[in-house]
Amino acid sequence: MIRNDVAITPELVKEHGLKPDEYERFVNLIGREPTITELGIVSAMWNEHCSYKSSRIHLRGLPTSAPWVIQGPGENAGVIDIGDGLACIFKMESHNHPSFIEPYQGAATGVGGILRDVFTMGARPIASLNFLRFGEPDHPKTPHLVSGVVAGIGGYGNSFGVPTVGGSVGFDKRYNGNILVNAMAVGLARTDEIFYAKATGVGNPIVYLGSKTGRDGIHGATMASAEFDESSEEKRPTVQVGDPFAEKLLLEACLELMKSGAVIAIQDMGAAGLTSSAVEMGAKGNLGIELDLDKVPCREEGMTAYEMMLSESQERMLMVLKPGMEKEAEAIFHKWGLDFAVIGRTTDTLRFVIKHQGEVKADLPIKELGDEAPVYDRPWVESPRQPAIAAESVTAPVSEAEALLKLVGSPDQCSKRWVWEQYDHLILGNTVQTPGGDAAIVRVEDGLKGLALTTDVTPRYCEADPFEGGKQAVAEAWRNITAVGGLPLAITDNLNFASPERPESMGQFVGCIRGIGEACKALDFPVVSGNVSLYNETNGQGILPTPAIGGVGLLDDVTVNASMAFRREGEAIILIGATRGWLGQSIYLRDVCGREEGAPPPVDLALEKRNGDFVRQLIRSGQVTTVHDVSDGGIALALAEMAMAGQVGAEITAYPEGFPLHAFLFGEDQARYLLAVDEDVAADILYEAGAVGIPAVTLGITGGDSLILPGRQAISLKQLKAAHEAWLPDYMTGKS
Amino acid sequence: MKSAVIVFPGSNREGDVLRALQSAGSRVEKVWHAETELPQGTDLVVLPGGFSYGDYLRCGAIAGRATVMDAVRAHAARGGLVLGICNGFQILCESGLLPGILMRNANLRFICHRQFLKVERNDTAFTRAYAKGQAIDVCVAHGEGNYTADAETLKRLEGEGLVAFRYSDAQGHITQDANRNGSMNSIAGIYSDKLNVLGMMPHPENLIEDLVGGTDGRGLFESLVSSFPRAA
Repeated sequence: MIRNDVAITPELVKEHGLKPDEYERFVNLIGREPTITELGIVSAMWNEHCSYKSSRIHLRGLPTSAPWVIQGPGENAGVIDIGDGLACIFKMESHNHPSFIEPYQGAATGVGGILRDVFTMGARPIASLNFLRFGEPDHPKTPHLVSGVVAGIGGYGNSFGVPTVGGSVGFDKRYNGNILVNAMAVGLARTDEIFYAKATGVGNPIVYLGSKTGRDGIHGATMASAEFDESSEEKRPTVQVGDPFAEKLLLEACLELMKSGAVIAIQDMGAAGLTSSAVEMGAKGNLGIELDLDKVPCREEGMTAYEMMLSESQERMLMVLKPGMEKEAEAIFHKWGLDFAVIGRTTDTLRFVIKHQGEVKADLPIKELGDEAPVYDRPWVESPRQPAIAAESVTAPVSEAEALLKLVGSPDQCSKRWVWEQYDHLILGNTVQTPGGDAAIVRVEDGLKGLALTTDVTPRYCEADPFEGGKQAVAEAWRNITAVGGLPLAITDNLNFASPERPESMGQFVGCIRGIGEACKALDFPVVSGNVSLYNETNGQGILPTPAIGGVGLLDDVTVNASMAFRREGEAIILIGATRGWLGQSIYLRDVCGREEGAPPPVDLALEKRNGDFVRQLIRSGQVTTVHDVSDGGIALALAEMAMAGQVGAEITAYPEGFPLHAFLFGEDQARYLLAVDEDVAADILYEAGAVGIPAVTLGITGGDSLILPGRQAISLKQLKAAHEAWLPDYMTGKS
Repeated sequence: MKSAVIVFPGSNREGDVLRALQSAGSRVEKVWHAETELPQGTDLVVLPGGFSYGDYLRCGAIAGRATVMDAVRAHAARGGLVLGICNGFQILCESGLLPGILMRNANLRFICHRQFLKVERNDTAFTRAYAKGQAIDVCVAHGEGNYTADAETLKRLEGEGLVAFRYSDAQGHITQDANRNGSMNSIAGIYSDKLNVLGMMPHPENLIEDLVGGTDGRGLFESLVSSFPRAA
């Protein structure tokens, strides 16, 4: 019989984040009142983060399979086949709330968590990326958050030894009270050496590995738990503390142990720590799990079962080992100076049994903890449609050149060098394309192949039209991979939204998911892993809907690639794709005209595919090495970036008639690329494009030390570069 | 030629330097920090980049006192070659094999970027493949690379020609702008008295292929390999 020495009051239930009907459901499930440890366990399993209770029914609509997909969503990370017996394993995950409270540790442990997800599956991490959104620059907290988050990401990744090769940084007042810190990790494993969370075999040892368990990270609900343990020390902050050194050791020890053949199943202890990892291994394998908490290595004295089960101390793993191999496994872990303890065994009872100091602290049905979690079809309303804005109705700038100069030096479009120079992006010696380009390229081991990696979404589009915005996020990632010569293979999504309990934000979520699904289907770009982060709001003010997409593509020959830099003088600049001068929701409209309105540019997925496939084939056949996709800021910004990257100017002499110059230069029509090629090749390309009906026009020629826009508006590269590079460093030192 | 790359817990560029040595023609063996001896016939010992023991104490302070360092010191005392890169340089300073110390970068941030170095002399086992005064294009990645020493030590290093590399611009000019971590005299690397121990903050091992940025780092490894007869 389970004793229950803490009374489970309605207040206590509420403090654990369970609604009365959810608690009722749980009591009915177990047929009695739970113990405090059991209440903690169910609150961890049934919260939004672990149970996906608000998002699950909508996520089902996402395409998750393709011939090259080895493992879709549901494991620690997604797995795709990249040929030669190799698999690419990757995932993106948010650490938004912790990073707002304690930016350095929040961001650092975000990176640590996602790296762990990847190497748990047997992969050695080879690249890391991120997606960051901060509040408006003028907000007093913003510089401190930027500084802390960037240092935290660098601090963890640099020490762990993985190159941080790409990412996205942006600012908006809608993130003032709720920043976004999404981290993505990419690893490599042999396709026949991938490890999963599913436990098998009855009576097999369950082993605890890594760092010791402390009171850090025990969820906020325990703030209220003083009443059941008044003697406990002062409450630790709920943000965990990262130790990249321990993680590096854990990586090496885990990979060495996996090689030994001793591992049956493995699960990292991430959110909800020991609880979630143990339940998942048992539930997936249709087995019960029995744990003896007296065996758990603890950092602090007198930890209760409740605390151990909910601790989110970092750098820990749980494994099911082949019986008889404990000694060998232990030797490997002790070599790396890490804790190793057999803390339980698998059973055939389908019960999750927790023992501590001779008492049973919890005895719960294991399958139901996961499967019977509540699922909600929350009410949602469609976001109101925004009218399309006619280009003619948007004020022309006094000078297009001045407008462009303003944009290249604006917080969102300026160089993020200040950020990525704090990340070791060169370690491992395989970074073919460094941060700042359309997509990063990382060579696969010593071979010929390469991976193209990117993180993208345009939140203002998602807010104006969730469906089109969702499509655009996927299309943009697909386009960025294409622009470097990669074949887009799969994505991981990190869905950051406001409260699902408000029908408007739930509507944004539903709309974005539908758009993402549609684009993934049309572009053969399935979702293989992801993370949902809801309740991103403060005082009722939600963030912009931000479904960040992490894309992975493959280059069969990594030496055949493209980058955005103009390389030579006298090359023809070709625009691929149709221009209508779409200014609704454009950067020009927002940052030059001060208007945040209109419908975002529509995404025609068939055109995306056709234009992108055409450009990729030009790169792969060696005809083109200078390519840049056209996105925020339109053609003008893309040209400026190409000129600055290569330190070669350009003159734009022609532009299609029929709409105002500023709409041509700053419009954000989709499915477009800029190329620079030898003039002879240009003629061939225009001919080939014409033959298959792809719009392609020559805009001008590279050369000189200025960017000259139509109407002889010249901006020197020096001016452009100064504006582009200055904003962020000046801002961080309080100069701007 | 045979190299021993020492692996401390927290080393993370051991694979990078191993690849650079192998591609220059060296045989390479990894040596665990807890070993008490170097492999038979070791010509060169390399202390790679990383965050040994997490570098939660002073960088390199614990590694400088690791078991294997006695063997490394003995190897150096016999005139054997030792190369410390980044964390390896910090470890050499902590272990007493090189003078001075690496402080936090002047801007107090970790920095990773391409960096030109001026090769101060090309008559050592490490630099014979370069020209004297040549500016080589490599990279840095460190939070604590700000070389600092007392006035007397600096005077001796300069006077005896023990400065190996300085941060420079692309033309080999020593400028304030090129010295981003704030090192005294723009020092990026130094030799021991007998020129057999080199510590340097930049990473030549990451610039050995055109595909990943360039080949200016190769010269250092080719110099080392060419210092030994092919049969060895």
